[in-house]
Amino acid sequence: MFHRESGYFNTTYKADMALYPLPIAKFAIAAILVLFFVVAPYFLDEYYLSIINLVAIAIVGALGLNILVGYTGQISIGHAAFMSVGAYTAANLATKLDLPFWLTLPAGGAMAAFIGILVGIPSLRIKGLYLAIATLAAQFIIEWVINHTPTISGGVAASIEMPPPEFLGKELVNQAELYYFLMVIMVIALVGAMNLIRSRIGRSFIAIRDQEIAAEIIGINVFKTKLIAFAVSSFYAGVCGVMYTYYLGIANYENFQLITSIDYLAMVIIGGLGSILGSILGAIFITMLPIVIRLLMETFGSIFVDDAALAQVIAQFRLIIFGGLIIVFLVVEPDGLAKLWQNIRNYFRFWPFSY
Amino acid sequence: MEWQFLFELTINGLLTGMMYALIAVGFVLIYKSTDAINFAQGEFVMIAAIVVAGMATNYGFPIIAAIAVGLVFMIIFNIVLERVVLRPMIGRPIVAIIMATIGLALILQGAGPLVFGAGTKPLNIGVPDEPLIWGPLFMTPIDVVGAGISIMFLAIFGWFFMKSRKGVAMRAVADSHMTSMAMGINVERYFALAWILAGVVALLGGLVWGSAIGVDTQMAALGLKVFPVVILGGLDSIIGVVVGGLIIGVCEALAAGYIDPLVGGGTKDFTPYVLMILVLMFRPYGIFGKPIIERI
Repeated sequence: MFHRESGYFNTTYKADMALYPLPIAKFAIAAILVLFFVVAPYFLDEYYLSIINLVAIAIVGALGLNILVGYTGQISIGHAAFMSVGAYTAANLATKLDLPFWLTLPAGGAMAAFIGILVGIPSLRIKGLYLAIATLAAQFIIEWVINHTPTISGGVAASIEMPPPEFLGKELVNQAELYYFLMVIMVIALVGAMNLIRSRIGRSFIAIRDQEIAAEIIGINVFKTKLIAFAVSSFYAGVCGVMYTYYLGIANYENFQLITSIDYLAMVIIGGLGSILGSILGAIFITMLPIVIRLLMETFGSIFVDDAALAQVIAQFRLIIFGGLIIVFLVVEPDGLAKLWQNIRNYFRFWPFSY
Repeated sequence: MEWQFLFELTINGLLTGMMYALIAVGFVLIYKSTDAINFAQGEFVMIAAIVVAGMATNYGFPIIAAIAVGLVFMIIFNIVLERVVLRPMIGRPIVAIIMATIGLALILQGAGPLVFGAGTKPLNIGVPDEPLIWGPLFMTPIDVVGAGISIMFLAIFGWFFMKSRKGVAMRAVADSHMTSMAMGINVERYFALAWILAGVVALLGGLVWGSAIGVDTQMAALGLKVFPVVILGGLDSIIGVVVGGLIIGVCEALAAGYIDPLVGGGTKDFTPYVLMILVLMFRPYGIFGKPIIERI
């Protein structure tokens, strides 16, 4: 009943690159799709669906960042700025030109990709610390420009109200309706990223990450490939920004500040660098963390501190737990949640006769 | 009048720049000797100031005793930090080290107010508040004192690295870990020393900046000024850090004085970064930095 295969034993390159490593994966994926597209929306109420929506948005952003940081080995501390570029592009197009979501989404992504390429140009010459700080500079500069240009940011408090997405003449207003909208985009982004990684371009990303000079010697155009990585990554970031704008119904630069960039870096690192599964697990983990902390503190916190100080203390505890978890993960499990999952799976693959 | 305004901005910029250099030197110390990029330098400054100010205001310590407590705290904290967090990270991808120090920064931002209260605390190290008026010039006394402290300690650091035995050993470690080990230098002990020195510098920065702008978590934003300073000056010398600090200080003051009225504020925070990007375009390794030759 519980028998399974004992591991991957691929004999051809084709099998090695396959999207489904084992036949059972097809059934597992079908089961997950049914669970999330049929069962979950039927049983969960709005609040839980809105959390899943947030996770779906975060997965798209984390996938994009992982393509850049995990697969290509370039650093970006300015990813939230690319998201804001996508968000404001889409918001302007949707309000001023009345464009539907299937145009604003790619347009926001494309604009973010363009800005991402501009930021990525120095990556040919600078790396490591210098690239990290150049992208940090991009974060500040983009934020300032958006904030101080009324034609982009809509003037009052630098925020634009976003009309709800419209599908077949129906406006998607509540969380349950947005759920399908965001989940479908997330699945498309996920499949896109998985296929990109096993393509020629994806392999050249990995070659550059592992040894840049060697990659150049075997005929990879390093500059072009790095720019592609920046473009794809910021396209994902832009789409993520547009999704978030549709989710909130407002485009505001305050949602895309340095701390958001750090959140996404944390997702990628805690989840696992250079792993699609890692991006998903990291996005789930980091999105759920503040919700769980708040829930726990609101339930048990009043035992230790009085209610008036609780809000302040929750904010401080959140920072401490968040920072502490990042450090613990980095020190204890460098390859992140994805590796943890793999270890568990490998253990049970041979269970109870492991050697 | 116009020239006078420019002159005043420049002088004040130079004073602030010296104080930036004091913070940046802590970052450079760690980066040079341990290859770790410390995104928490601003938080080190903040936590040092919070401990000193908290001891003085919450527990009524005299300022000298509070500073002593702060010094002991920073030294012990940084030794533990190096041992527990940073040493396991040696040889890991650069983004992992950046993330670890960001995690550290978040912890400090939460822990400081949790222990000593979230309000802004005054920090009085005995410097008067009235502006110094020297001819047509207005200067804030704490800026002058801060710049003086910076110059003094940077000079001491300069002497330490050039002449003392430990300083020479630290430079050797910064150059090559492996060669230093072969020459009989206990590399790990010098990693710890670098972090301790960074903690001491952070305490000085905390005292100076804390008395200039008041002590709260906003101080951590100072850490973000460090990056343009070190990139401009390059990461190889104390002189470079000082020059970088001065350039950034003056650039900020001029931007605040001349560009802010035109575009409606906020240029102070991002002009250093624009300047830095321009420098990176033409000299990817900073004004004083030396190019790195890569091999397979």
